[in-house]
Amino acid sequence: MRRVRAEILSVRKHGAYHTLTLVAPEIAERARPGQFVGVAPPPGGAALLRRHFFIHAASRRGGWAGTLEFAFDVRGPGTAWLAGARAHGAVDVIGPLGTGFAYPRRLSNCLLVGEGHGVAPLHFLAQELRARGKRVDMLVGAEGIEGVFEPIEGKRLATNISIVTDDGSLGERGRVADLLPEAMERWGTEVVYAAAPAPTLRRVAQVCRERRVPAQVAVEGPMACGIGLCFGCAVPVLRRNGAGYDHLRACVEGPVFNAGRVSWDRWPWPGSAPGGG
Amino acid sequence: MRPNLEVDLAGLRLRSPVVAAAGCFGTGREHVGLVDASVLGAVVSRSVTLAPRPGSPPPRVAETPSGILWSVGLQNPGAAAFVDEELPRLARAAPVVVSVAGGSLEEYVAVAARVHAAPGVVAIEVALDLPDEELDRPSFCARPDRAAEVAGAVARLAHVPVFAKLPGFLPALAETARACVRAGAHGLSIGGGLPGMAVDPARRRPALGAVTGWVSGPAVRPLAVRATFEVARELPEVPVMAGGGVSNGDEAVELLLAGAWAVQVGTAILVDPAAPATVAEGISAHLAAAGLRSPADLRGRLALPGEEGPG
Repeated sequence: MRRVRAEILSVRKHGAYHTLTLVAPEIAERARPGQFVGVAPPPGGAALLRRHFFIHAASRRGGWAGTLEFAFDVRGPGTAWLAGARAHGAVDVIGPLGTGFAYPRRLSNCLLVGEGHGVAPLHFLAQELRARGKRVDMLVGAEGIEGVFEPIEGKRLATNISIVTDDGSLGERGRVADLLPEAMERWGTEVVYAAAPAPTLRRVAQVCRERRVPAQVAVEGPMACGIGLCFGCAVPVLRRNGAGYDHLRACVEGPVFNAGRVSWDRWPWPGSAPGGG
Repeated sequence: MRPNLEVDLAGLRLRSPVVAAAGCFGTGREHVGLVDASVLGAVVSRSVTLAPRPGSPPPRVAETPSGILWSVGLQNPGAAAFVDEELPRLARAAPVVVSVAGGSLEEYVAVAARVHAAPGVVAIEVALDLPDEELDRPSFCARPDRAAEVAGAVARLAHVPVFAKLPGFLPALAETARACVRAGAHGLSIGGGLPGMAVDPARRRPALGAVTGWVSGPAVRPLAVRATFEVARELPEVPVMAGGGVSNGDEAVELLLAGAWAVQVGTAILVDPAAPATVAEGISAHLAAAGLRSPADLRGRLALPGEEGPG
């Protein structure tokens, strides 16, 4: 991980989300899907802790080489400040942080399941999977049409994509977990990747366990340092031998975990963005 | 003249008065290249118990006005695994003060016995604001005699200096501090969180899985300054490490003027891994501007009403 003062290239608004693009080659070079960055709030403001965001894109080649993107919705003083940040300003960023998604070696048909801003890291993952010759399908959910994260980019990345909204304002009406069994059946899914609030991840884990399909989930929850110092972001993870569980850090051992190993009964609360608003 | 930051805590010599507070330095593996440990006089480990503890259920942190509310619940691998795996890595970064914890007098003693002679350990901090499971009381430091019993028992067996850690909000703080010193504690550590709680009104749930927790960060600094001042006034000859929301040199100088011999930095490291360097540089700059040679020269230089200023 590196800590840099990164120049803001742009702040754009798409639907309910803001996308921030930074010039951070030291971080972009090393970033993997599922990893995140920690952004320091301005000193003396209402926000004290770093805000943590999944990496949406990291360009290593071409005209945008060395840039890094993350997406967020405004939930509190930290994200409100970022939403108002200007191009050419600078932010204090640490990254890439955490353990990202693992790519399948043998299996090919990947289904990426995301809700809300959880879709952002899945777009990064979709690119990397396609570069490895995997087929990528997507199941994308949100409360309403405004909350569907970059559907056009999703359609470009995925072979098959289904969109669901709670109110039916875009795609089908419902939740991603309701549509998951049928989507897996239809598309012959061999591996599932998910990023969403905890209740959805829990249902994804259950569906995949019943069908014996391996699943990796990126969890979200309150996080303080993001660099492994404080043990504030503990996730209960079952031991391999089945005897009990350990509290692992979402910021070091996670945020991506094997869905079958997370002790969902001990991880009861709906997540907010890692690090909160 | 560049000031020398070395301090002498009545025999415990540290290369700098800046000390990383308990629970804010990880396991010595995580922040390679992010924290400049060379500016630290010492690192206080996370609190260690005899057997491994799983710690509090999540969520464990929440942001509150000017502070963080947390409850980690003593998650640690137990004394044996700590000594074998974690301590050697911490010791490569800086001299280590082991934070010794327990639920009974016996457990404190057993942990101290396991860690005090391990390579790299320069002192012990006895975390006393923990539930007393043996006597079924909310805290070991709720009564001066119990705090002294535990701190004294650890001090009698340890080959290194022992600092009794007391929270600044303790009603009988000076009396408890004196009792710990009489029982054999080498020094005192003033700090740790304020009791706190937050509620998510929309979900009607406590913000923390442990329901209640501790507040740290800028919110507790005035308390830390006052507690340090009161303890140092009562016990001017006893070395005091003090912490509470320090993130820069001026804030550290506040505590040094109030009577601290060394300053602990905690929450600030979680936000800014370079905070210890910022604090050390700030102390240096302050000393240079004031024409002082050592951080110890600040102790007792607080000008109180009716007294002469620092000429």
